[in-house]
Amino acid sequence: MAAALESALQAAGAGPCPGAEAVGAVRAALAAAGDPAALGERERARLGAFLRNLAAGPEEPAGPWRSLFLESPPDLAFCALTDSLAAPRPGWRLPAVPEVLEQFLRQGRLAALICELCQQHSRPGSVERHDALLGRIVCLPDLVGNGLQGRSPAAFFPQRYFPVLGGAVLQVLHNVSASLRGGLDCSVSFISHILGKVCVHGRQKEILSVLVPHLTDLTKSDCIWQRICWRLVECVPDRWMEAVVLGFVQRAPGADVLSRLLGNLVVKNKKAQFVVTQKMLLLQYGYTTAVLQNLLGYLALDGLRRALLIKVLQELLETWSSSSAVKHSPLEQQQYISKAILICLSHLKEPEIESCRQELLTSMMEGVKCHLDSSLPQIRRLGMIVAESISSKINTDGPVLTFQYEEDDEARELKSLLVQAAPLGVLPGLPDNENENADAALPPVLESNRKSTTATTHVMPDEESDAELDSDDDLIPYDMSEDKELKKTKAPVYIRDCIEVLTGSEDLDKWEEAVKALESLVRKNPVAAREVSVELAKILLHLEEKTCLEGFAELRQKAQVAVLTTDPIPVAQYLTSQFYSLNYSLRQRMDILDVLVLAARELSCPKGHGKTKHSGAQNPCIQFLPESGSSKDWRRIVDERIKSKTRRFAKGQSQVEQPSGPNEFNSLAGHFFFPLIQNFDRPLSTFDLLGEDHFVLGRLVHTLAVLMYLAVNTMAVTAMGKALLEFVWALRFHTDSYVRQGLLSCVSSILLSVPAERLLQDVTEELLETRSWLEDVVEKDPDGDCRRLALQNLLLMENLKKKLETAPS
Amino acid sequence: MAQPPPDPHFVLRGTGAAVHALHFSCGGGEPDIPVLFSGSENGFIHVWNLKTHRVDAALDGHGRKSVCGLKTMDGKERLLSQGRDQRICLWDLAEGRTSVTDSVFTENVGFCRCSLLKVAEGRWLMATAAKALEEVQVLELPSKTSVCTLKPEVGAKLGMPMCLKLWQGSCGSQPSLLAGYEDGSVLLWNLSTGKVLSQLICHQEPVMSLDFDSEKAKGISGSSEKVLSIWSLNEQQNLQVQKTHRLVNAGISDITIRPDKKILATAGWDHRIRIFGWKKLKPLAVLDYHTATVHSVSFSDHKSPSDRLLAAGAKDHRISIWSIYTQT
Repeated sequence: MAAALESALQAAGAGPCPGAEAVGAVRAALAAAGDPAALGERERARLGAFLRNLAAGPEEPAGPWRSLFLESPPDLAFCALTDSLAAPRPGWRLPAVPEVLEQFLRQGRLAALICELCQQHSRPGSVERHDALLGRIVCLPDLVGNGLQGRSPAAFFPQRYFPVLGGAVLQVLHNVSASLRGGLDCSVSFISHILGKVCVHGRQKEILSVLVPHLTDLTKSDCIWQRICWRLVECVPDRWMEAVVLGFVQRAPGADVLSRLLGNLVVKNKKAQFVVTQKMLLLQYGYTTAVLQNLLGYLALDGLRRALLIKVLQELLETWSSSSAVKHSPLEQQQYISKAILICLSHLKEPEIESCRQELLTSMMEGVKCHLDSSLPQIRRLGMIVAESISSKINTDGPVLTFQYEEDDEARELKSLLVQAAPLGVLPGLPDNENENADAALPPVLESNRKSTTATTHVMPDEESDAELDSDDDLIPYDMSEDKELKKTKAPVYIRDCIEVLTGSEDLDKWEEAVKALESLVRKNPVAAREVSVELAKILLHLEEKTCLEGFAELRQKAQVAVLTTDPIPVAQYLTSQFYSLNYSLRQRMDILDVLVLAARELSCPKGHGKTKHSGAQNPCIQFLPESGSSKDWRRIVDERIKSKTRRFAKGQSQVEQPSGPNEFNSLAGHFFFPLIQNFDRPLSTFDLLGEDHFVLGRLVHTLAVLMYLAVNTMAVTAMGKALLEFVWALRFHTDSYVRQGLLSCVSSILLSVPAERLLQDVTEELLETRSWLEDVVEKDPDGDCRRLALQNLLLMENLKKKLETAPS
Repeated sequence: MAQPPPDPHFVLRGTGAAVHALHFSCGGGEPDIPVLFSGSENGFIHVWNLKTHRVDAALDGHGRKSVCGLKTMDGKERLLSQGRDQRICLWDLAEGRTSVTDSVFTENVGFCRCSLLKVAEGRWLMATAAKALEEVQVLELPSKTSVCTLKPEVGAKLGMPMCLKLWQGSCGSQPSLLAGYEDGSVLLWNLSTGKVLSQLICHQEPVMSLDFDSEKAKGISGSSEKVLSIWSLNEQQNLQVQKTHRLVNAGISDITIRPDKKILATAGWDHRIRIFGWKKLKPLAVLDYHTATVHSVSFSDHKSPSDRLLAAGAKDHRISIWSIYTQT
């Protein structure tokens, strides 16, 4: 039989353009030879040469040459076709060869090719052949694309080709499974190579979206398939392992599936272990929570891997509790690590926790400390949530840590990680004590909730019992809007009454009313308020919350702002001097800053308060000035008359005139600003801005930025800008990102507020220095917000430069 | 826009002290004059003529100690009054007489109002708090023989009884007693065995008042908290909370369901009377007239629905009379 083929090949000759008869003869002989795999080396070599000649010929061969390619041994045909693609001369091949290749793919020859290559793994000299073919199989879209100069058919787009390749791989795996069941030995290493190379080329999504769902189904109850799968990933060479593991972890629908697909890969393969336990958890942080759950769930599902889980938890906690990591790593990474810790905790069982309780406790204490030290609220909250979770895990019976923080979606999501993951771990193959674990994973809050619902039936839903079907609809309710909380005492009417109550009274109801009434009293009677302004400011600054008054902090702040705006200079002097004096709590110092900012904003607002004060709309007081009302009417009537008689030839909206008035902040900006900036570097025994109290420093810097911004168009602005630039320069390398953000805001405010000419004349040197610092920040700062702010500042500077260039000097 | 709440139909002034107890007697026929009894803190019981709105008589029988409960036995001729002098007096008011014919010395120092139930012609049961702190005593009237004494189990820690309601299901079943206690629980007692049938913790604070609708087997209780609790009694004689209603201001001193079971009224510490529909507890009206705590609310027993009145007595010495939801 083989002899017939050989003679046919010989007859066809080695010429470049075999005739149609020769092609037909070879085809017939090939069909007669039967199994193409059984061809001898010599026949194969000849056939290969023949095919190459066919494909590389200058003219399109005659006869059924396309079928010949589909029928001859797939490796030979594939080689010949891909070779011809790489050939430089375009001609008939351009449309024809890709067409043949497409048919090759469509008819499942790719699977046959891979299958054949799998079986020949032990032949001598196969390594080079394998590598060459591997390259061509994996890079086929590129080869076609290059050969056709980018005009490749849709079938060779990576989005189409790699799923087809996946299908071929799956088919080969089916063959492998069949032959294993038949008692034959089989190798999957070539498939592993394909998988690895495809993944490392970044096509995990395409190929694994075909493979993973099928393998998930196949491995469900079949241990042979499971072994094939494990073998498949184990045989992936180390250099490609990372890409493959990443692909599987990201695409597996759950931890149990991942465990079936990967087996104990992480224990056997160092590279995989590194990727799973280090790289994905500690070095990268872009993966979704589901991926994390997959990954850690996978580690938790087997006794051998649980050791790794504990190790991972220890490493995560080490990072979490390291103050340098908290300070320098981005918020997203810290969130990622926190999530990972919570998921790990959800998987731990009682005895395992017992074994590392001391370590957990130590890292929790350290971590909580450095998280609470942070000036970013998100990081503080992250610390609180993680610490609460750890403490609830390690103290199952004793008291647990509880913090007060805002319960928003993020916090809930984080907490849910601690609970949800437990049922995910319950698998049919695992012993029942997993359920106990699930119970233990419930945080104490939930338990107490459950108890309360069973014990007191207070919260039973409104049941619609049969007897209740008729309703009270025939009874029409009266207006009940007047049904409000009963007030026990009347609000004070005079400011001095308020002062008396706030300083001396023991009557808490009166005290509450006074706090509520104070702001409007001060606004209503500015003259009376000015007489006692500093005294009032003092009382308000020291006012402590005596009762559980809703919105107390806001009420007090409003009153403080009212006092400060009514009598700005003395009160500002008092407040700024108190900011740097002894014996205040941090809260009071920050109150001072907030009040200064709010008052400055109000004063600098163009619609001056003095105007609206007498309008009567805000304050229900008797109007003494009817003239002003009528004069307004007069103005309005004239305006309307003009409007009705005038035709305008302008497009767009008619401009509404902004209410205007003198900027009251003009003469006051300096009083607000300079006393604050003076003493920041003089530590007191109770207050060290440059040391521990960097949170207040951050607030101070932000306050200065706002004051600077509000001082636009005032006389003092240039002097303020200069002083502020010096201040920024002194603090520019502060370790706290909140402070740095404030400094960058300061620079923005300066650039926006100080007139450009003054900037260039008075502070050129400083500006240039700042510019180089900004460039540095844009490149190197670990905090994303800082980088963004610095970039904005650079843009502002750039705009400033342009403006100056275009303006006539 | 809903209608503004109505003003009082009329106001009775002149009790001279805070009003603690009210009781209508308007069930008689045409020649009979409808009256309202009011008991005040100075120990006087006033008999108000509802035609003239004047006091017909002032009865002084409790040694100037506050009168906390008033009931009539078959018409306005026989009045039962309970005072803080630890006595319950039976008055004969027929033909202009104003004399105490009989009295019971309860020896109880609490505020708990007694409850009266007519079990047969000429036979009543009366439940009052007894001398011992946690006990309730049930007497038969007019014979004054003790029917039973209801003692909670040792260690139950219920505190004093705060309010009582004797009731009897339809078709001559056994009378039972509902009692609200200082710890916020309501207990259902079986009078024949003297045992607790069911206990329900429906408040955190003392139960100040309760009323029960035996037709629907559903009751309501109020306490010094901001919550009204509606509970029901199921076939197995178990009390269950059905619903709670949050009030704007804390403290309820009295709750009464109108005899036709359509609406109920509460007397609030916030000076306001609240009206709810009884079926769904739909809030219907907030009557704001009094200037001090309202102590007692009571519905009249007029035969014709359109004449039915609501009376409220308050600490501000006034009794307000309202005519509300009379058309339904």
